[in-house]
Amino acid sequence: MRVNRSERFGGGVMLAAAVLFSILPLLSMASAALQPQGTIPVGIQWPSDPQWHNFIDAWNVASITPLLISSAILVLLVVPLAAFLATLAGYALGGLKVRGATVLLLVLMLGLTLPKEATIIPLYYQMRAWGMLNSRVGLAMVLVGTFMPFAVYWMRAHFMSVPGELTEAAQIDGANSWRNFVHIQLPLALPAISSMCILLFLWTWNTFLQALVLIDDPTKRTMAGALQNFVGQYSTDVVLLNAGALLIMAPTILVFLLLFRAQNVPLTRQNAAKRREVEKPLAVSCPGSADCLQGGNASPPALRSPLGAGHPPRVGQVPDGFPTGVPVPDSGVCRSDGRCRRPGARRPRCRAPSAAGPGMTRCWPTGPGMHRHGSAMRSP
Amino acid sequence: MTSAVTAGGALGAPRAGLAKPRKARRSSLVGWLFLAPAFAFYAVFVLYPLAMAIQYSFYDWNGISVATPVGFDNYVRVFTDPKLLTSVGNSFFLIIFFTLLPLAAALLIAALLRELRSKFLGTASRTLLFLPQIIPGAAAALAWTWMFSQDGVVNQALRAVGLGGLARAWLGDFQLALPSVGVIGMWINLGFCVVLLLSGIGKIDGSIYEAARIDGSGFWSTLRAVTLPGLRQEIGVCVTMTVISALASFDVVFMSTQGGPGYSTMVPGVFGYQLGFTESRVGLAAALAMMLTVLVLVVIIPLQRIFARED
Repeated sequence: MRVNRSERFGGGVMLAAAVLFSILPLLSMASAALQPQGTIPVGIQWPSDPQWHNFIDAWNVASITPLLISSAILVLLVVPLAAFLATLAGYALGGLKVRGATVLLLVLMLGLTLPKEATIIPLYYQMRAWGMLNSRVGLAMVLVGTFMPFAVYWMRAHFMSVPGELTEAAQIDGANSWRNFVHIQLPLALPAISSMCILLFLWTWNTFLQALVLIDDPTKRTMAGALQNFVGQYSTDVVLLNAGALLIMAPTILVFLLLFRAQNVPLTRQNAAKRREVEKPLAVSCPGSADCLQGGNASPPALRSPLGAGHPPRVGQVPDGFPTGVPVPDSGVCRSDGRCRRPGARRPRCRAPSAAGPGMTRCWPTGPGMHRHGSAMRSP
Repeated sequence: MTSAVTAGGALGAPRAGLAKPRKARRSSLVGWLFLAPAFAFYAVFVLYPLAMAIQYSFYDWNGISVATPVGFDNYVRVFTDPKLLTSVGNSFFLIIFFTLLPLAAALLIAALLRELRSKFLGTASRTLLFLPQIIPGAAAALAWTWMFSQDGVVNQALRAVGLGGLARAWLGDFQLALPSVGVIGMWINLGFCVVLLLSGIGKIDGSIYEAARIDGSGFWSTLRAVTLPGLRQEIGVCVTMTVISALASFDVVFMSTQGGPGYSTMVPGVFGYQLGFTESRVGLAAALAMMLTVLVLVVIIPLQRIFARED
């Protein structure tokens, strides 16, 4: 696409304006939070005499410490449980053939569109009847139920993208469904699970309506849920209000900056690797050949058989629809960009993934021909 | 469970043809065991309350005394009470700000970010644009309450360019409160759309862009002919998510205006909360919630069809 200079300039201005629009409210809050207490700050102004202790005062009046603990407890209750249940269910819907799954999926889809406002009133009376109002465990269970549609859908999408040959190969090696799940599917699903956990964390932390309704004591709510109470008490003190609100936002922003970037990096790296592979299809970094298998439908199965030993394998592309950033499970013999961590490995030992023990999932079953060569590869 | 699973799995692929019916049944059983816990939570904390809401909506109940069945009276109220209808209309108006504007801007920004030479600037602007999406909606409302206040940045900027006459308490203005609330939603949804569309652009084959470049296609024609069609699915997800966030907006409105001034920014989510918890008209609140649910479905299902269609 041809971009002339004025277009480029216009684009830069537009992008800068959008970024400014995104951070201006936060900057304005920060500028107000740093003004001397008792003054009435105006819009956005350079804090000539920044009052950092405002944040300490706000920390105390907004009771940030108990709120941090409360939110952390909720996250610890919600995220592991929701992730575990959703992974199980996602595997059943995406990886197994279950009769009646379509109906179940439709019912779950309803939950994706259902506004939480629609069920909050009966939920309140239900929890009251069960004596679970004002209980973090009660709120946590509600949140797990609420997150299920999205989480199951997310994991289902992942398991659908895992090639079925993987399960077949495991079955040949005598793994049952549970071992197949634990030793093969689960390690492969870790990237999908971890990015889901980040989302679940953010949603739990930012829960507002349910926390407001189901828990009376603001210090037992989530941080977002406590915001309303804090605003009610300090609505006239603009400086403290902004300082407190910034403190309440800070944890999610920190988690986002630390984790979300970390999540993104492998994605972009992999894309770069992919592009490089297109230009340079031959990789010579794998002397042992079969030890170096990685996701590649460009590499013919023959290369992976003992006959192929000695030939440098052709490094292909990650199969279509495969989630990017998926590491080769276990041992890290081959990375998804085709480079091997142990180029000095003497004998190519390539096994079909099996649940026979850890360390067996070394090779990436790639093409449809994979399992046919399974036995040959097991005894090189 | 384990023994059944072992037997089912041990048959394995080579004999799959022979043992198919039994194996299918077993794998169905295993599947249901895997599904059961997740579905139980979903049923108890989402489906059951939903069923209860439907039941409540046919009763007149204040939450304490005995409920009296009233048939469709609550629904008649929802469709005739001007205040309730206004709240529904407001939430549809918010779609302009929650969906259309962010999506249009995000398309442009995503296309621009793709062009950006500097990796660092690209990552930095993407990160900053996504920030509003990850802070709690309630906190976003608070930030903008301050922006829109009498001494806030918006008025400060107007005064700085000599338009001080336009300065006002934006969220307290009967005419402008609703668009102002819309701006908050736009702020929240913009980054979400940008990041989603960017990931979609990453999937478009680079050679198509290359071909467009060689053919001398400019920025706008590339956007229209390459980017837009390639982003069909991502746009679908964007529209779906943001429309739901507009129709079912609670956090933002509750924290910024509580539906005021008057009922000028009232939306069904906040109205239902007030009816159910402060006015104790549980039946009416449930009927409103049901209507909100149906509205969301009525809007979302056709959208799904439009965007899911293969082209």
